[in-house]
Amino acid sequence: MKTKNIMIVGVGGQGSLLASKLLGRLFLSEGFDVKVSEVHGMSQRGGSVVTYVRYGEKVYSPVIDKGEADFIVSFEILEAARWLPYLKKDGVIVTNTQTIDPMPVITGAMNYPSDLENKLKNSGVKVDALECLQLAREAGSEKAVNIVLLGRLSHYFDLPEEAWMNAMEQVVPARFLEMNKKAFLLGKAQA
Amino acid sequence: MGNENRRLLLGNAAVARGLYEAGVCFISSYPGTPSTEITEEAAKFDEIYCEWAPNEKVAMEAAFGACLAGKRAFCGQKHVGLNVAADPLYTMSYTGVNAGLVVGVADDAGMHSSQNEQDSRHHAIAAKVPMLEPADSAEALAFTKLAFELSEKFDTPVLLKMCTRVAHSQSIVEEQERIVPVKEYTKDIAKYVMMPGNAKKRHPFVEERTRALVEYAETAPVNRVEMGGTKIGIVTCSTSYQYVKEVFGDQVSVLKIGMTNPLPEKLIRDFVAQVEQLVVIEELDPIIEDHIKAMGIPVHGKDILPMIDEFSQNLIAEKLFDAGLVPDGFELPEQGTGLEEAIPPRPPVMCAGCPHRGLFYTLKKNGCTVLGDIGCYTLGAVAPLSSIEMTLCMGASIGAVHGFNKATNGESSSKTVAVIGDSTFMHSGMTGLANVAYNQSDSTVIILDNSITGMTGHQQNPTTGYNIKGDPAGKIDLEALCRAMGFERVRVVDPYDLAACDKVLKEELAVKAPSVIISRRPCALLKYVKHNPPLKVDTAKCIGCKSCMRIGCPAISMKPQADGKMKAVVDQTLCVGCGVCSQLCPVGAFSSPITDGGSSKKGDA
Repeated sequence: MKTKNIMIVGVGGQGSLLASKLLGRLFLSEGFDVKVSEVHGMSQRGGSVVTYVRYGEKVYSPVIDKGEADFIVSFEILEAARWLPYLKKDGVIVTNTQTIDPMPVITGAMNYPSDLENKLKNSGVKVDALECLQLAREAGSEKAVNIVLLGRLSHYFDLPEEAWMNAMEQVVPARFLEMNKKAFLLGKAQA
Repeated sequence: MGNENRRLLLGNAAVARGLYEAGVCFISSYPGTPSTEITEEAAKFDEIYCEWAPNEKVAMEAAFGACLAGKRAFCGQKHVGLNVAADPLYTMSYTGVNAGLVVGVADDAGMHSSQNEQDSRHHAIAAKVPMLEPADSAEALAFTKLAFELSEKFDTPVLLKMCTRVAHSQSIVEEQERIVPVKEYTKDIAKYVMMPGNAKKRHPFVEERTRALVEYAETAPVNRVEMGGTKIGIVTCSTSYQYVKEVFGDQVSVLKIGMTNPLPEKLIRDFVAQVEQLVVIEELDPIIEDHIKAMGIPVHGKDILPMIDEFSQNLIAEKLFDAGLVPDGFELPEQGTGLEEAIPPRPPVMCAGCPHRGLFYTLKKNGCTVLGDIGCYTLGAVAPLSSIEMTLCMGASIGAVHGFNKATNGESSSKTVAVIGDSTFMHSGMTGLANVAYNQSDSTVIILDNSITGMTGHQQNPTTGYNIKGDPAGKIDLEALCRAMGFERVRVVDPYDLAACDKVLKEELAVKAPSVIISRRPCALLKYVKHNPPLKVDTAKCIGCKSCMRIGCPAISMKPQADGKMKAVVDQTLCVGCGVCSQLCPVGAFSSPITDGGSSKKGDA
């Protein structure tokens, strides 16, 4: 099997690390070789962050390069646009519709691009956009945006729901488990 | 599958596991990205004593003391940290060890979170100590254990070199049992007292040890040949090995170097003899390449590959393709394309509610020349605060402000300050402060005390009162320390209180005497910090003057309203209600659910 590539992109502090850990545990328990590459330190402070998840028979590089990603899971839609060159031509973007202004927009030096969802769709890739913040609030916490996205991502994998839930149990503290399961199902129910 | 011991571990956590399995009893480190998690993960094993030392030099010396006492010991740091610890390391090379001693160092090619991109392999060569370089988590675990065996067998400290991609990538490892070898301490003045007479006798030992290590390297399993196509032979190490295999698989032959110092010359010559063209693929400096060139062997390396930044699979594919150094029939992978639209960059910023923000705003407002230091607050150099004008290394702010003010005969002292965090001050600010106190410049030093080591992800330090496990520990009193050094003027302000900050800063800049201002408020991300509810903007009151935008808070932006006018809007998911913005608003447009004015300040200045 050819190595599959999932990029998780967002803004530092949004919880992309937990999402990548969950995916890593999921593919490990399915018997694959797995590599997950994280970002720590200064880049985490509200900057653009990217995490790579790769799985297959034998995975060498821990990073995903331009044109290699099968999926981009995006916590903020500008970040989906930023990392678009990393997506394969027939790749899929699963994105939160939420917008967070970066500092050049806040200071007025640049504008936040308009209508990104359609622009991404017009570029020829499949775009699956959902209002994760709203769904996460419904589940009980704004912090569950990451799990809502994974719920939606689960559509594209031929894995039983139980496998996802088992992986979740390995990375989410017990007291937040119910809320996160709800968030996962809310994300999954969006089609 | 089916193996209970098979786990997905971060490279740094795999080193920690290796330390556990190798029977390490003592770890002293200073946090620094990308090395921090080694010590944090090791601290989760009750069997290992772990501590954060004030700096890397102290950590290295503590680890040496522990190995002298007979327990396997480890000291971890980032690449620039090893500069601080280089002094003990270079002489520990002479003394050798008692129980095994391994020094972890993590390089940061690409400078994800560093001030330079230096290559730590130079330290291994200069200190004449062996260096192992793992390429994934499984190797990180295995090499850590091997490092202790080599340390004891060859009587030397061993460097274990990580890089960002190995340190911060998770891959699969298999875990084993812990075995604890212990040695007796015996007095040996000739070995451990490095005064000239003894050191002169130890230096020949060091040279002989290197010869023995080269011999070991020739057949060491960590240096391995993977024969494939013979048109191209690649010598590589660390994460570059993974990119090479990703691109070429078995189409090329590979000599993977796991021990980058000293290098196995015979093994290299044997490899060269089997391939038509030789390429060295290594990040940063041409260490292996220069060595092979010095052996008189023609080789490609930095003539086609960059000396800067980290590598990736596409970079290696393109550079070797362009140079014609690829197997027959090799095609470049397809690249993706982006939108034509300009995508605004998203650089890191100070968090919403960051206590540093108010202080930097005050410094900018007063037109100060700000000499900075290493930490989250280095972001005070970024627009719109654009306040910090110099950042060099840990502690340099205080050393430099003294020199700056002395050089201008004190003319600059009424507007020049040093800013340094609490952890950085403990690391190497104290000696700089001693210089200000001793040689008397009218310098103003501002200690940004956010009660934690912030940038590296919240490590305790000697001013916080807690140790690495979160248990109560000694607590150094910053005010008392500064006074004991001879500073008569030590002031404390709350950086959320802009008026108090402005008043104290003006007073201390005006006075003709050395002074310290402690800007004190815990990091807004600390779990115990209670936040106020987010603020709201009354759009009827807001006049769109952008005064609140001058602090560069990521939670505030200007958005067009129904009438088309631009008004300030607070992001309710980001705002922590610190109230600094509301102190800048000329019309009182910000409101908080708890107070009318919205300000949550609790000035204690």
